[in-house]
Amino acid sequence: MGTNAATRSAYLIPYLLWMVLFVAAPIVLIAYYSFFDVDGNFTLGNYAKFFTPVYWRMALSSFWYALLITLFSLLVAYPAAYLLTKTRHKQLWLLLIILPTWINLLLKVYAFLGIFGTYGTVNKLLELLGIGTQQILFTDFSFVFVSVYIFIPFMILPIFNALEELNPSLVDASRDLGASAWTTFSRVIFPLTLGGVKAGCQAVFIPALSLFMITRLVAGNRVITLGTAIEQHFLVTQDWGIGATIAVFLILAMAVIMRLTGLRKRGGIV
Amino acid sequence: MKTRWKVSNLYLIAVFVILYAPILYLAYYSFNSGGSMHEFEGFTLEHYAEVFQDTRLLIIVLNTLVIALLSSALATIIGVAGALFIHRVRRHTTKQTLLTLNNVLIVSPDVVIGASFLILFTIAGIKLGFTSVLLSHIAFSVPIVVLMVLPKLQEMSPTLVDAAEDLGATRWDVLTKVVLPFIRPGIFAGFFMALTYSLDDFAVTFFVTGNGYATLAVEIYSRARQGVSLSINALSTLIFLFTLLLVLGYYAVNRRGAAKAKTLAEGVRP
Repeated sequence: MGTNAATRSAYLIPYLLWMVLFVAAPIVLIAYYSFFDVDGNFTLGNYAKFFTPVYWRMALSSFWYALLITLFSLLVAYPAAYLLTKTRHKQLWLLLIILPTWINLLLKVYAFLGIFGTYGTVNKLLELLGIGTQQILFTDFSFVFVSVYIFIPFMILPIFNALEELNPSLVDASRDLGASAWTTFSRVIFPLTLGGVKAGCQAVFIPALSLFMITRLVAGNRVITLGTAIEQHFLVTQDWGIGATIAVFLILAMAVIMRLTGLRKRGGIV
Repeated sequence: MKTRWKVSNLYLIAVFVILYAPILYLAYYSFNSGGSMHEFEGFTLEHYAEVFQDTRLLIIVLNTLVIALLSSALATIIGVAGALFIHRVRRHTTKQTLLTLNNVLIVSPDVVIGASFLILFTIAGIKLGFTSVLLSHIAFSVPIVVLMVLPKLQEMSPTLVDAAEDLGATRWDVLTKVVLPFIRPGIFAGFFMALTYSLDDFAVTFFVTGNGYATLAVEIYSRARQGVSLSINALSTLIFLFTLLLVLGYYAVNRRGAAKAKTLAEGVRP
């Protein structure tokens, strides 16, 4: 029985190895490095530095932008997901929603350099409308817009799945019992698809905290997020200590968010 | 009723237009003989010729594809093993812990993953380049595969396995002839999601590529920071057409498969 059980469990090894090497070890290493300064001496200075207003302000604005991006993505994605479930050939349409995510994110961000540029399409339109050329690139607006654009498919997908799982007879029953379309939506459809909404918000909010390439390319370094700061410290100033400290903070924030939105659904499976 | 149908379709169309606008925008200007993305001077194919003459770029495209396919395949194998393992765990709290650990890399911000992997590879003495990028892509794809496969395992009735065992099937037979075929849709979904994540990743890769090795995203980032280059437009157009063909092909095959299954089923029924 012993050897039998051992061979039976052999297939566990790669997965457990993955868990130890790529889940546990990185977290431990990040925490460990946050206690060392740029010269490799043990210090608590990184944490002292993190609690100064400069970093706090950055953290707050980072969260604020992530919140805005999540909110706008949800506002655009929910109706889109709902309408998608009503189309014929909905699997094909869903595939077409996912298709742009197969084009690398950087290419799409790069396109916006042209669209939002001083002589770009949007500015030509504004000119035609008599509003005149505006500075769009390198503003908060361009940052939020491009980020929302990037995340919409990731918001639509879980909501679409939740809507698909929704038993249509519940909606019919609600309508039969005389509920208005709005009541049916707010009391039946939305609560029952809340799992999808939460999954979508998680899929958007956390990556939105770490969008350093968009801030660099279309926000012109005006928007500095925690992600930008980590990238800066790890790859430019080579001060891994403070970078790791910010990363520790992000990991903690992420744990809190997961607690709040709750990854658990009844049945135990995410 | 009719007008509402129209309004809702308009909304969906608007979402599709916005999703595809940047991609079509890139494609449009890829034929521009002028050097910019705002003044269309004349039709030319020179940027496409440029792409095909740029061996460095072609090697990078190849790198990207190799990394994506290889990492998704390996992640699928590890992920399926992981899902089978988690599915087998009976104790609720253990299962919950495993699932939480599994999801760490999904919910972590990309920059944190990138930074922690950079520390890990540096300490382990792994040279930054192909190996580090491949390992990272496998690492962040594994949990997605697990999440795609687990629901299928849950759907599977345990009596199916019992029946197979009663009929004298070995564990290996049960796995390869009953379980794996049953969860095949989940495995494919996991593989394709892993592929998507790998092709789309920039942030993690950016941290773990050394000098001299690049994936497309990293290369585009460095080129886009230097300004507009229409060969990037040409390349992205080619990638887009290629992906579109793949998706449409996949859809057609799927539908034909479904239709075949349907006619077969109808033929069997009296």
